[in-house]
Parts: sequence; C-alpha cells; structure tokens
Amino acid sequence: MKKFTTTLAALLIMGSASSFADGHKVKVGMITTLSGGGSGLGIDVRDGFMLAVKGNKNISVITKDDQRKPDIAVQLADKMIQSDKVDVLTGIIWSNLAMAVVPATVNQGKFYLSPNAGPSKLAGKGCHKNYFNVAWQNDNLHEAAGGYANSAGFKNSFILAPNYPAGKDALTGYKRYFKGSLAGEIYTKLGQKDYAAEIAQIRASGADSVFFFLPGGMGIGFMKQFSQSGIKLPVVGPAFSFDQGILKAVGDAALGVKNTSQWSKDIDNNANKKFVKDFQSEYGRLPSLYASQGYDTGKLLISAMSKAKVKDKDKFRDALRKADFSSTRGKFSFDKNHHPIQDIYVREVIKEGEILTNKIVSVGLKDHSNAYVSECKM
Amino acid sequence: MTSILFFEQLLNGIQFGTMLFLMSAGLTLIFGVMGLINLAHGSFYMIGAFSAALIAGLTGSFWLALLASLSGAAIAGVLIEILIIRRLYRRDHLDQVLATFALILLLSEGVRWCFGAFPLYLDIPENLNGTLPILDDIIYSKYRLFIIFMGLLIATGLYILITKTRLGVRIRAGQNDRQMISALGVDISKLYTIVFALGASLAGLAGAMIGAIQSVEVGMGEPILILAFVVIVIGGIGSIKGALIGSILVGVTDTIGRIFLPELLKIFMEPANATSVGSSIGSMLIYILMALILIIKPSGLFGKT
Repeated sequence: MKKFTTTLAALLIMGSASSFADGHKVKVGMITTLSGGGSGLGIDVRDGFMLAVKGNKNISVITKDDQRKPDIAVQLADKMIQSDKVDVLTGIIWSNLAMAVVPATVNQGKFYLSPNAGPSKLAGKGCHKNYFNVAWQNDNLHEAAGGYANSAGFKNSFILAPNYPAGKDALTGYKRYFKGSLAGEIYTKLGQKDYAAEIAQIRASGADSVFFFLPGGMGIGFMKQFSQSGIKLPVVGPAFSFDQGILKAVGDAALGVKNTSQWSKDIDNNANKKFVKDFQSEYGRLPSLYASQGYDTGKLLISAMSKAKVKDKDKFRDALRKADFSSTRGKFSFDKNHHPIQDIYVREVIKEGEILTNKIVSVGLKDHSNAYVSECKM
Repeated sequence: MTSILFFEQLLNGIQFGTMLFLMSAGLTLIFGVMGLINLAHGSFYMIGAFSAALIAGLTGSFWLALLASLSGAAIAGVLIEILIIRRLYRRDHLDQVLATFALILLLSEGVRWCFGAFPLYLDIPENLNGTLPILDDIIYSKYRLFIIFMGLLIATGLYILITKTRLGVRIRAGQNDRQMISALGVDISKLYTIVFALGASLAGLAGAMIGAIQSVEVGMGEPILILAFVVIVIGGIGSIKGALIGSILVGVTDTIGRIFLPELLKIFMEPANATSVGSSIGSMLIYILMALILIIKPSGLFGKT
C-alpha cells in the first residue's frame, strides 16, 4: 500500500511537472546573417544567444540564415511564424532587414527581441508593444561619439556613413550631440569597400576630425586606406568598426582610435566576467559587442520565462519590460518605447600582448535613453 | 583646389578601372573563347585573396603572397574547369548560369569552412605604404600607383600574348571558329583549360591586390563581378580592348559621379538632401552609362555585330 501511494505521488508530481514545463516552453526563431559579407556579426549574436540559453530545456531555437537579404528574411519569418509556430523571433543584424520583418511579426502577436538593429522608425512612430530592443537605438553610440568629439575639442568634423536606415540614423545621432561645424557629410554605397574618393575629399576638406560609421568589412577597408593615405586627423566612430571580430583584420591601423560602445569586455561586474570567461572557453575566441547583445537577449528571455508563460502575452510582456536579469552591461532597463537606458562608454583600441582589443577610457553618456521616446504612442 | 581634387579623383577612377580590367579580361576571354557565362569568376577573386592572406600570414612576404594568389586561383581554375566547367560548354546559357551560380555557393561555403567567417588580415608591404608627390601639389598613395602600374603591365602582356604568340593565335582562332581549329588538330580541351586558368589567375591577382587595402572575407567577389559584367557588356563581349576601355570608363564614371554629383546638386538643393539624392544617383550612374552605350551600339563598343 505504501509503495502504491509513493508511486501515485510520484506520478502526480511527474504529471504536474510536465504540464508545468509545457506551459513554460518557448520556441525561438532566430533569423540572422550566417553567410556572405557581414556573417561574422550574425555568428557572434547567435553564439552569444546560444551560450545564454545553453542547458535550458524549456527553450528550443530554430536558426536560419537571412544572407543579409530583406526578401529572404521575410520568407523565413513567415515560415517560422506559420509552420514552425515560434513564440519569439530574434537575431536580425541589419536595420533594413529589421524594417522588413519586425512590423509584420509583432502585428501577428509574436514577440520580437532585437539583439542588434534599432532603426529610429521602430523606436518612434513605429514602436510596438511586442517589440523590444536589447541592444540600443541606432543613434545611441553615435550620439556618444558626438559628445566625445566635443570633449576632445573637435570643431570641424568630416562625417560619413552608408546610405541605408542605420547610416542615416548614425549621422543624425552624431549631429544631435556634436556642437562644432561639419567640413563635409557623405553617404556611401552600402557594401562599398574602396574609399579612395572619400579620403581624397577628406584631405581637401580642411576638417580637424573624422567620424565614420561603416560596420563590418566596410570599416576594415576604410581604416586601412585612411592610415595609408598619410592623413593624420583623429578618427572617432562607434564600436562597430572596432569590435573583436574585425580588429585583427584592420591591424595596427586601428591602434589608439577612440570608439563608443555600450559594452566592453572590461566592464567590471560579475555577469560580464562570467560571460567573457564562458564565451572564451566555449568558442575559443574573445567575445564582441554583438556576442554580448545576443547573450543579454537570451538572459532577458529566460528572466521573463521564469515570471510568466509565453502564451499569457500580457503577463509575459510585463515580465520582459521589467528586464529583471543581470546584464553584461551592468545597469540596464527599458524606457517607455522598449529601448534600453544604459551607459555608453568611450573605448580606446589597445594591444594586449599580440592581440588588439579595447579598453574603457571614460563614460561617454550616463543612463542614456533615446530621442524618440516621446514620438512613441504606446 | 578643385582641380587638384579632380585630378586625384581621376587617378582613383583609373585605379578602380585597372582593377576591374583584371576581372573583366578573364571573364570576356572565357566568354569569347568558350562561349561560357561564368558567374563563379568572382569566387576566383576571393580564392586569390585568401591564398594571399594565407601565405602572407605564414611567410610575412607580400610578394610571395601575390605569387600565391596567381597560382592558387590558377590551380583552382584548372581543377574546376576539368571537373565541372568542361561539361557545360555544350549546354545553353541558362544551364551555365545555374551551374556556375551553384559553384559560387559551394566555393563561398568551402572557404568559410576552411577559414571561418571573420575577415582575414592582409596588409600592403612597408615600402608601398604612404604617399608619393606627383606634380606640384598632388600627393597620391604609392600602393594605388602600383595597382595602376600592374594593371597596365598586365594589359600590355595580354596584348602581346594575344597578338604575337602562338597561343594567342589559337585563342583568336577559337573565338572565331571552334570547330575549325579542333579539325586542324589543335587540342581544344587543353586550350580551354589554359584560357580558363589564365582568367582565374588574373581574377585571383586582383583579389589579392585589392584585399590588401580592403578586406579579405567570404563573398568579397560578388559585388565586383556585377561590375565586371557591366564592363564586358559595355566593351563588347569577347574583346580584350573593349574590356580595357570599358573598365576605365566604368571606373572613372563611378568615382567622379559619386563625388561630384552630390556637389552639383548642392547648388540647387539642401545639403542633406543633395548628399543622399546625389549618392543614390551616383551609384546608378554606371548602369545609365551602360544603357546609353547599348542604345547607340547594341553589341558594345568593340563587340562583333
């Protein structure tokens, strides 16, 4: 009899445990760039995210490659929502892809957690209750760069960025904080690798500093060609052209350059130390800011899952909004338009032994939010 | 002031053009001789750059790296021609496009599998770093002058090869009448392999030279492949001379257009709008040029009618 009751009790516990687990299971669709140009960014975001959710049995992740093409990203999102029935989508790197995927996704009642792209449209008029950006609003790092340029005493900047949503946000962000005048302003072609023509213009412009936003391979080309051109102007930019994946390819041309970032591997908190250590032992390389964003996205998701079931959309949304997780960035919270309030640091490229990496030199903007909060009706 | 800037931009355009020539010379030869549309030509550009980065990493020598890019791309060219391309000559163009497109995907993933997704490091040699004063006020990058010099050297070499050597005679004969030269006892399949490897190695060299100032990464060949196609359409398919003139034309139009168009628009527009509209039109300019040339000369500047 005693045996029977224990078995029954065990069965009951198992039963309740499995129903408990069912409601708490979350299916994540990750659409990111894994092949072709710019795949280093997508791979870092994916690896960071997978590290965060590693060993969590309640999360299943489907990962697909968008090849950096908006039409493919849209197809993948449709398939993930309709046939794979995912609850949460994440992963997109590029703002033009995010603009193509996010509005349709959140309107179908799915959650979208952005680990990278933060176009101004989705922060302002196009904001949505189911859209959360865990990285930054696109303007943020550039605003900090503008602020840094003032404190460094720059009076006349030459600024350039690619001709796509994030490029426009970048120059807008820099101009919002930079108090000096502009010696020139150029939009380059997205994916352009040769900057001889632009560098000639910089030389002729009489600028005292250069600000550029050229993510991925674009920035490698620019930095190398700029240092070969013999122009001795100080350069400032967001971390995207100086992250860990790229520095090796830029080489010594990057040494000493100031760049702005919401994350750095030397931010002093336990979550970050653990992340840097775990990432290195899991993948055998230093993490980049993209990896930290993927990791934080994973941790945010886990924190919300411990508070509410994903099917209970309102409760789950509230849980996400609380951002109750220990971020690698330290202090982290969401503003009303679901974009981060966080510190943005100024970093400098240094050499640690033979490896090029970044070191924080100061805090650029403290508890920084974004300029589009008031435009967001939510 | 502006004349200096203009001259510097002209040099930039010519440098860009000579690079395009290395790509399009191979492409147009392969099309002219074998009648093959080779979309995978950009992959040889990538293979050349990766071979160079590998050898430069091992030996530290840029010149060995350039040799490696030539031979690496040539070896890949020979292998791919014998294993795959050879079966495509008799097929129609749609089959060739499909098969060589598949090759792009295979080669890109293959390279990513071997070298990883992160860009590799390849730098220019110390003695080509920095600038050189030419004329009074104009200073120009030594390395870019070196690229122009190499491009012209190869153009001359190709000219001598095509017009003065036995191999050149066979290549020209192959362009005119394939059946006849094989009937005359020329080993046509060996000729095809040589031409294909030549085209591949030129693309590889371009990849290595450009990789040193841009970035060596997977997928680097595709954007330049599109431009190379524009060049050979403008120059006339199969014509090396057309490829040279077309490359310089495209290079100069693209560079001058994207810099001076926004400046021009600023005269009657707001600066912010002018830059964004100007750079948008600037990037379309070479396609507009291509359309105009095709209206006047439907088979390109030096194409056979």
